[in-house]
Amino acid sequence: MSIFNFFRAAPRASAVQAKERLQIVMAHERAGRSGPDYLPMLQQELLAVIAKYVNIDENKVEVKLDRGGDCSTLEVNIELPAREQAKAAAAAKSAEKPAGNDDAAGKRAAGNAGAKKRI
Amino acid sequence: MSKIIVMTSGKGGVGKTTSSAAFATGLALRGFKTVVIDFDVGLRNLDLVMGCERRVVFDFINVINGEAKLNQALIKDKRIENLYILPTSQTRDKDALTREGVEKVLNELSKEFDYILCDSPAGIERGALMSLYFADHAIIVTNPEVSSVRDSDRILGVLNSRSRRAEQGLEPVTQQLLLTRYDPERVERGEMLKVDDVLEILAIPLLGVIPESQAVLRASNVGMPVILDEVSNAGLAYSDAVGRFLGEDIEHRFVTPQKKGLFSRLLRRSA
Ligand SMILES: Nc1ncnc2c1ncn2[C@@H]1O[C@H](COP(=O)(O)OP(=O)(O)O)[C@@H](O)[C@H]1O
Ligand SMILES: [Mg+2]
Repeated sequence: MSIFNFFRAAPRASAVQAKERLQIVMAHERAGRSGPDYLPMLQQELLAVIAKYVNIDENKVEVKLDRGGDCSTLEVNIELPAREQAKAAAAAKSAEKPAGNDDAAGKRAAGNAGAKKRI
Repeated sequence: MSKIIVMTSGKGGVGKTTSSAAFATGLALRGFKTVVIDFDVGLRNLDLVMGCERRVVFDFINVINGEAKLNQALIKDKRIENLYILPTSQTRDKDALTREGVEKVLNELSKEFDYILCDSPAGIERGALMSLYFADHAIIVTNPEVSSVRDSDRILGVLNSRSRRAEQGLEPVTQQLLLTRYDPERVERGEMLKVDDVLEILAIPLLGVIPESQAVLRASNVGMPVILDEVSNAGLAYSDAVGRFLGEDIEHRFVTPQKKGLFSRLLRRSA
């Protein structure tokens, strides 16, 4: 392959990327049209539940959404104050349940969004 | 009964007005009595593209408000028999478009015309919604580019939920894709979405592919719909699209790069 072919082959990817990105974002948008957007509410309720047990500093809440082809992930990372973390651990123990993985504060909610319906 | 067509896209600057002018002219050339209406209230431009800007006295909004009779606002094209333009207001805003007002004007036009073509403004606000509300048929003008394709999909959603036909549970608005500003050479280099890519994503039938063409600017400079430029690729492509719209079976042209000789390459005069 000559250097000319190399440069010529490089941009071929951009139209392919355009198509792939469109397919993913539009699958979500079409699915979203069939009902109200539940993500903001889901997020608020999740935070409310956690706030019942620990003091949450609103500035230390990080929300990430990744709309993927097959599934989406909503990642809510809440930084707990050191004291609260100990309390939460104790509460978990007294409930006689495993304390979960090391990232006890992180919550993941996955929603499927494969529908292709237009509204 | 006349047929109401909307030329729509969501995104601005993709070629709705260019296509409306070309399409209306093409329908009239084939003998159908056609009127093309500018729904872009406040940003009147169809008159310039059609070359009748100096003849505008009353407009669409005047008729809606009862300040002028429909016949006073309709401009008869000087070149083509059967072709009329209903210009919009340059000074009002889109709130002047009431559903009842638009319906009244469309009903009156229906008695006289075979085709009523509505040139939609960009966006999905009042002006765009009013232009598509009464449509029987939608031509979705799309550029082979990510934001245009996404906005087209959004407009398809609006047509399927907020048009009169959707609201009243009638037969859905029929939809066809008009892919404009297509550059086969960039497609071949992998820099632009292919016709097939856009068709696969939007999943509606293809009405036509209009190539990127210098003839479009030349035509708008002189106020002549590009379809009248019978030596330009864009003009021919619009003509084909009108034929297909009317049910003719016409093969797509200008979707692959044209083999250019050295001479024409040196001259750089693509039509
Ligand atoms: N096929 C084409 N080739 C080159 N330029 C085009 C083509 N179609 C439209 N244009 C140009 O794109 C611009 C926007 O077109 P217009 O029809 O006004 O779009 P819209 O009504 O969707 O905003 C204009 O300058 C027009 O000349
Ligand atoms: Mg326009």
